[in-house]
Amino acid sequence: MLADMQRDFRSWLLQPDAERRTQPPRDTLRGLATYQNNYRTQLVLCLKASYPQLLARLGDDAFVEAAIQHIHRHPPSSWTLDAYGANFADSLHALYPHNPDLRELAWIEWNLGEAFVARDAETIAPHQLAAIDWDIARLRLSPSLRLHAATTNAAALWSALQEGVPAPAAEMLDAPAGIIVWRRDFSCQLRQVDTSEYTALHSLREDDRFSALCDALVERLGERQGVDRAGSLLAGWLAAGIVVGVDEGQA
Amino acid sequence: MSRALPLFAGYGLGLRREHYRDFLDTDVPVDFVEVISENFMVDGGQPLDILRRVRARYPVALHGVSMSIGSADGLKHDYLRRLRKLVDAIDPLFVSDHLSWSRFEHFNSHDLLPLPYTEETLALVCRHIQQAQEAVGRPMLFENPSSYVSFAVSSMTEWEFLAEMTQRTGCGLLLDINNIYVSSQNHGWDADAYLAAIPAERVRQIHLAGHTQAGELLIDTHDQPIGTDVWALYAKAISMLGPVATMIERDDAVPPLADLLAELDIARRLQARCMPALEAA
Repeated sequence: MLADMQRDFRSWLLQPDAERRTQPPRDTLRGLATYQNNYRTQLVLCLKASYPQLLARLGDDAFVEAAIQHIHRHPPSSWTLDAYGANFADSLHALYPHNPDLRELAWIEWNLGEAFVARDAETIAPHQLAAIDWDIARLRLSPSLRLHAATTNAAALWSALQEGVPAPAAEMLDAPAGIIVWRRDFSCQLRQVDTSEYTALHSLREDDRFSALCDALVERLGERQGVDRAGSLLAGWLAAGIVVGVDEGQA
Repeated sequence: MSRALPLFAGYGLGLRREHYRDFLDTDVPVDFVEVISENFMVDGGQPLDILRRVRARYPVALHGVSMSIGSADGLKHDYLRRLRKLVDAIDPLFVSDHLSWSRFEHFNSHDLLPLPYTEETLALVCRHIQQAQEAVGRPMLFENPSSYVSFAVSSMTEWEFLAEMTQRTGCGLLLDINNIYVSSQNHGWDADAYLAAIPAERVRQIHLAGHTQAGELLIDTHDQPIGTDVWALYAKAISMLGPVATMIERDDAVPPLADLLAELDIARRLQARCMPALEAA
């Protein structure tokens, strides 16, 4: 039966000899070794391509060791090889539990890759903003936007590695912050933001009303400062392509 | 699904990232380009934009690596839906994939694994090809694989399998000359007998590529110039097949475009030499 052969072949690729349900025929061992080698080599190369700065940070030997452990624990299942490595951060955490910077670096690299091929968005032209009734305005975030809580200086690490300048030592941040990744036109962006901006973006995903953003900031900062802060955040998001549209209307 | 397989006899190259600018900014002397379908089965961003712009300048063939037409547990609807969306957006010259399997249950090897050539496999592959052709709305091409193991249970040769497969499904063949050479060397097949037995009228495209010797096996690596033995086999193939769309696959150690164009010129010269009557016409 074909299904039995494919089940066996899978185990020949994945499992050590002792754990296999069946053993491959002796005359196929040489050819099978080619498939086993292709399988592992391709996945290691895939991880290296998805995490170039992590590779630079860890060095080839440590990266490959982490990759091999990841491949052993997480055989690929998606239709696309591009999806392999989505949970590499978890494997790094298991290997380096005291290095949250590595996990956050992995998050940055993976999400930059996702943002690169995220759905396109038409951005609102500045002159269209003049006619908006802000009391009923709803903010449309870029489909490429990704948010993550930051505890380390991983964003600074990534930027230094990307620019090829000496990277700073890994360190914990003095205060909680956020990392945001998005794509503006065809260019992926990374920014570390303070906790208030991170919280505001998070809230917008749940409730896209500009008035709700204002209310939350007024409650936290007071009437004048809250409204000013909402306005400056929105101006920055529009300029950066984080907010790509403004619609009017109730939910 | 009633469209016929198009006839197209030109020379093409695989579109690789290293050469995007050449294809976008200059007139590269090719008749078509081929892209890996999965690289563009994405939601948006620059890759799709580049493909649309290249498509405006050249015919594009879509070549897939992940359909897994021989998976015993069926095709994936989400994959077919994404491929159809790309087909509709690009209107490709050809849509192709491989006679192989990659996926079983929740495992996807992302490699083109070999199939035993049995009646059971033939029935399953033909059922899947019909399903895939319905899903993409046009006949497809399937490529002969390179392989490093064979199966004692096989009851027919690869070329017998391919002939029956095309007859039952109406699909076309993407004949990879390097794969014929690699598999023939690895399994002791007669490459000439292979060429003589395939249904010539179903061949719509030819792939050429390089391989690597690894111990006693040849490996289909696509990281070398095309070997002289493969060129010789190509010359035999085109003398038997007539004019067929021919392209060079180079996936690793990608050289400057000029090197690949020089290899493509060898294919042109071989065709001129092997088919003088056609050239004169």
